[in-house]
Amino acid sequence: MAEDAVFRIAGVTKSFGPNQVLGGIGLGLRAGEVTVLMGANGAGKSTLVKIMSGVYRADRGVMMLADAPFAPATPAEAMRAGVVTVHQNINDGVVGALDVATNLTLDRLSGSAAPLFFSRRRVRREARAIAERMGLAIDLSASISDLTLADRQMVAIARAMSHEPRVMILDEPTASLSNNEAERLFALIDRLRERGVAILYISHRMSDIRRLADRIVSLRDGAIAGTFDAKPLDYEGAVNAMLGQAVDRRAIEARTGTRPVFAAEDILLTEGARPFSLTLGAGEVVAITGLVGVGKTALAETLFGLRAPLAGRMELAGRPYAPSNPGSAIERGVFLVAKDRATSGIVPDFNIYENMSLPFLDRLSRLGVARRGHERRLARDQVRDLGIVCRSERDDLATLSGGNQQKVTVGRWLSQPCHLLLLDEPFQGVDIAARRDIAAKLRASADSRATLLFLTELDEAMETADRILVMSEHTIIGEHRNGVIDIDQLLAEVAGREQARAH
Amino acid sequence: MDARTEHKEDRETPPDLPRERSSARDLAIRYGFLALLLGLIIFFSAFTRGFASPQAAVFILQSVSITGILALGVTATLVVGGFDLSIGSIATSAMMAAAYVMVVWEQGALVAVLACLAIGAIVGLVNGLIICYMRVPDLLATLGMMFLLIGLQRIPTEGRSIATGMTLPDGSTAEGTFSPAFLALGRHRFDLVIENLVPASVVVLIVLAILIWFFLEYTRFGRMMYAVGSNARAAEYAGAPVKAYKIWAYVISGVFASIGGILLAARLGRGDIASGTNLLLDSVAAALIGFAVLGAAKPNAFGTAIGALFVGVLLQGLTMMNVPYYTQDFIKGAVLVIALIFTFALLGRSTR
Repeated sequence: MAEDAVFRIAGVTKSFGPNQVLGGIGLGLRAGEVTVLMGANGAGKSTLVKIMSGVYRADRGVMMLADAPFAPATPAEAMRAGVVTVHQNINDGVVGALDVATNLTLDRLSGSAAPLFFSRRRVRREARAIAERMGLAIDLSASISDLTLADRQMVAIARAMSHEPRVMILDEPTASLSNNEAERLFALIDRLRERGVAILYISHRMSDIRRLADRIVSLRDGAIAGTFDAKPLDYEGAVNAMLGQAVDRRAIEARTGTRPVFAAEDILLTEGARPFSLTLGAGEVVAITGLVGVGKTALAETLFGLRAPLAGRMELAGRPYAPSNPGSAIERGVFLVAKDRATSGIVPDFNIYENMSLPFLDRLSRLGVARRGHERRLARDQVRDLGIVCRSERDDLATLSGGNQQKVTVGRWLSQPCHLLLLDEPFQGVDIAARRDIAAKLRASADSRATLLFLTELDEAMETADRILVMSEHTIIGEHRNGVIDIDQLLAEVAGREQARAH
Repeated sequence: MDARTEHKEDRETPPDLPRERSSARDLAIRYGFLALLLGLIIFFSAFTRGFASPQAAVFILQSVSITGILALGVTATLVVGGFDLSIGSIATSAMMAAAYVMVVWEQGALVAVLACLAIGAIVGLVNGLIICYMRVPDLLATLGMMFLLIGLQRIPTEGRSIATGMTLPDGSTAEGTFSPAFLALGRHRFDLVIENLVPASVVVLIVLAILIWFFLEYTRFGRMMYAVGSNARAAEYAGAPVKAYKIWAYVISGVFASIGGILLAARLGRGDIASGTNLLLDSVAAALIGFAVLGAAKPNAFGTAIGALFVGVLLQGLTMMNVPYYTQDFIKGAVLVIALIFTFALLGRSTR
């Protein structure tokens, strides 16, 4: 542990009922330094953050802030003492109905010392001071609800900075930001670092970590599995420590589709886009990659019957295919693992087997009565195949970690045979271990169907797909076979620059 | 959107309690309300004379039969994440319609029953269509329907109650009578060990309770309704016609309410314009109390039935202990508030 740390934790343990989540954590944060905390889902990151920010109390152990004992009972107390947390959920940090200036000064307005009436002019003046100090170039009179996610994030951080914190905890702040937006956030973090704030930065994203980290601490199963501060930083070592296994990008043996399963001809996704065609064969795993908003989800929704293409024909298993709703798509054997499992995947009130059988209840019922034994058997198979960590298939979804919830939504659609399996950002918010389990299962079961993934992260595409298509402006502009990829050209295409086809 | 994912993941952590206490608490959450019901029954049996008799038990069931049936119907709309405020006025409209059909049109029991069921189904269908296709929020749509029906049921008779021999708006006299078969629905008693013990309305209640319980818990349709209520988008992405399920829920609610209205008409033997004012609140209370039963924290038919029974036992017991009638609403309200606190404060944090 660092001797000169401004914030120190020693021997912190925390259990929830019978489960020990943290088993004796020791950690020091130095002023003017970014410490990255890495850990798979369920390693205890969130619990540690919540203890530091006063949401939970540790069972045992001590925390010291600038050599004084620090044991906040509430988040407000932690904030007053100088430990500020910016949560991943951006909208928790800002009030959508108010303008930027009011948001920046909100804590003063709501403080007990605040005057009964507030003057708009003073709010504006204070807000301007905060914004200038943080280099925040946002219209102070704009309403928060009109801002982009990135700008809201900046406001939330700037607001947190108005407390003059000594320690700032950032919990996956880039999870919903684009690369450009993330770069602005990094510049802001650089400024905080210069001002001598001790920063704890939690992230899954290697690019963030490479850009920011002064030190890396890896957390595994509630214990520190490794601390890395020798320059240059040993990123692979840190990932290894976090996963407890050697990480190598497993080379994909690229397969070719056998018989064609799905074909789309001259599909037009949006007015003014260029029509494109697409053929998918049985046994191959194809990834469509591209930036956020280039039409990946629009294509997934078109194939799944959630919207109709403006022009073009589709064919599935040799017959014309024009689904009018998800029900008819499912009936024809086209399944979609939708983006963002919380809003469009899981049913939170249902347990694992009820979630898995949801689309297939008609097949699993006799005379309208669901056959639970049958449902549970199918779910047990998926739990085993995907390595879902649970007590039984009757566990409620809410008791599972994010990675395991995602495995349930993928398992749902793997539990019945299909012609075409679509997966829209299936690795979002999923740790690396769960991602590999899912990818391995997808590839192992791919023989009888065509599999189409929609992925923003190139790494994920290269780890899972036989063929990678690049999408830009609602059309497909490039195609690559995994194994012989010209990375430069691929990146150029992702950036929207179409080149003469080399392949 | 990632933000919402994270929000869910926040809840993966169980509450912060040592093992023994949390299991005792689980027990309390699961069986607390049933234990309380049992305690009430034992208490009243010990301290009042005649509470522990088959007649009293049947009387309690009879007193909750109509609200219980309405509550079971509204449970269906709660399951799909909706709400139906029009059930009380559907029941009174059905009652008035039954009386009108028999007394003014001089039709038999079958026609009257069919007319009531049709009214329930049509109103439910209209509610569902307004909510699903006109995008009117459920509370507002059914509130509007409630007002509409309260007014509508008064128009044919110019605001008067319907009974044999009444003067119609055109000056003639209504000659029809309630058919005996219809009245039997409210007044006939079946033999069960003791002669003339179980009223028909209690039989109807029990049959409907078992039907809707089986329907919601075990059938594909019921499961899909729960899915729609828990996450409509996920249900849609699983191929479910979400709007159809919602509309069906309102139709079920409307039909159940109209059955309640039939029993009310059969019990009163006339179309009483002033009756049924408490039906809505009582039945909604029963359904909401049901959330707390067995720690379900969601609408469920078994809980609704127990909720209705709980209110019935409490009121009957207190009446037999000479607690004045005007405290009844207060007591019902207090039970409801306590049950809701139980549901949302206790189990909201732990089981989900």
